[in-house]
Amino acid sequence: MADMGKLKKIIFNVLFFALVACLCLVFFSPFLSMVTTSFKTNNDAFTVPVRLLPREWIFTNFPEALNTIPYLRYMGNTVFITALSVLGQLIVTPMVAYSLSKIKWGGSKVISGLLMATMMIPITVTMIPLYKIYAAIGWTNTYIPLILPTFFGKAFYIILVRQFFSGVPNSLFEAARIDGANEAQRFLLIALPLSKPALTTVGIYAFLDAWSDYLMPMIFITKPDKFTLSLGMQQFLSEYSTDWAKLMAAAVMFVLPVIVLFSVFQRNFVQGIATSGLKA
Amino acid sequence: MGQTVTERRNFRNGLLFALPWILGFLAFSVYPLLSSLYYSFTKFNAVTTPEWVGLNNFKDIFSDPLVWKSLGNTLFMAFVSMPVTLATALILALIVTKNFRGKGLVRTVFFLPSVIPMVAATMVWIWMFNPTYGYINQILSWFGINGPAWLLDARFTKWALVLMGSWNAGTTMLVCMAALQEVPSSYYESASIDGANALRKFFSISLPSIAHVLVYQAILSFINTFQYFQQVKIIVTANQGLKGGSGGGGPENSILMYPLYLYQNGFEFLKMGKASAMAWLLFIVVAILTVVMTKASRKVTDSAGGE
Repeated sequence: MADMGKLKKIIFNVLFFALVACLCLVFFSPFLSMVTTSFKTNNDAFTVPVRLLPREWIFTNFPEALNTIPYLRYMGNTVFITALSVLGQLIVTPMVAYSLSKIKWGGSKVISGLLMATMMIPITVTMIPLYKIYAAIGWTNTYIPLILPTFFGKAFYIILVRQFFSGVPNSLFEAARIDGANEAQRFLLIALPLSKPALTTVGIYAFLDAWSDYLMPMIFITKPDKFTLSLGMQQFLSEYSTDWAKLMAAAVMFVLPVIVLFSVFQRNFVQGIATSGLKA
Repeated sequence: MGQTVTERRNFRNGLLFALPWILGFLAFSVYPLLSSLYYSFTKFNAVTTPEWVGLNNFKDIFSDPLVWKSLGNTLFMAFVSMPVTLATALILALIVTKNFRGKGLVRTVFFLPSVIPMVAATMVWIWMFNPTYGYINQILSWFGINGPAWLLDARFTKWALVLMGSWNAGTTMLVCMAALQEVPSSYYESASIDGANALRKFFSISLPSIAHVLVYQAILSFINTFQYFQQVKIIVTANQGLKGGSGGGGPENSILMYPLYLYQNGFEFLKMGKASAMAWLLFIVVAILTVVMTKASRKVTDSAGGE
């Protein structure tokens, strides 16, 4: 009887690990496909039967991909936009979150409600008027439409940091107030240093958002020399759609910074999503 | 007196600290929403000024078969792809909340796809779905299955999107995982003593305990489906470069999603008035769905004993 139970447990464990292994393989296969193809010759990539590993390993796809499209220029453009976007979110998010969580005023409830509402507004509704107004000012084909909004805060980030602030005891701020610290000092000297973990999370998300953004650059940027990497990749895809080895090399280079960032800050990713998803 | 001075100061400070968001809200949400409403009764393109045409755009929309086609495609994503993705997320979450060696690595593998830039991920999927040289059909051929042409065959395009969607279940998985971890382990222990098996524990303890989170995620995903657009835009653009591939909405417009058709009307056919009208219809539907689903979900989770 005890042996039967043991056997059952072993069988269960074997099945469980087989399932997990299969799922891991499935979820990882696009990465495998991308990386292995980037080391193949294009002939190799277009040979049946398809092999996972290159028949002949080559490393020239990477330098060639850099030259097929002005990759480094696109990367420079993307880095510029991303850096300013992250800066904008990091300045504004804690300010607004502080106002909503640590200052007692009538507006905080109203704004908290509106934050949720703005998250429901489809981007397709706002994109045409925004395009129209940016075009009228003459800001299309500049990075202003991409960067400017980040200096006015984004609902998801504000909610994230507000959540964090609500866990910080009010007595801390009350004590500082009695000691004569004004609102700005309490924010700069107490709230801001404390919120470092939450702001790290915001910074990472803001980086990812700006680095990967596709729709906004597509609407506002039409001049090829102003392209971001997302637009450049898309251009590569539609113009050289038969050169998959090089395409995959370009994709690897595009994805690599994200993967590095993710492996360093994995904990922030996980906590950010878990808390905001549960309590928002 | 002192009270009112403090109150007034708090109001001023609160307003000042929140001012960037308030201005942004007016400029990037309120203004576009209202002008979009006005634009939906006008005719204009990128360079002309809007000219009032009354309800013409709406008449045009309701008599345009592609609008209905795109709506049908979007509803497919909402009622097929979204539940599949949610179920995938739940299964993955159940796996990574179990204790076993290598759990951290497994979680990373499941979540990693969710951080990959959309353009890169979609590109790789287009390559994987290649009928002759892609990995997927190669693997199917080992089992004697002659794989379909996926993104080039109207009968399979949407199922390819379902697969791509499930691959992106990582974010929802993390939310489910966090919810599952909050369920007190004593519940499971006493159930074990009562002789409940794993399946029974799942349906009697895990599922009811996280029902409120699942419902909330379902609502969010449902609403997001009506913005589902970027992946198909990338696929359609890639197809344009292919011989025999059709642009527009993919093979037989099978992946022409409502937001994609809206985008095309606005920025490719330069019918910005019609696009604005489509956008407002979408906005009204999303708003109504949000309210209805939130109300309904409160009832569901209350009866399930959730928070």
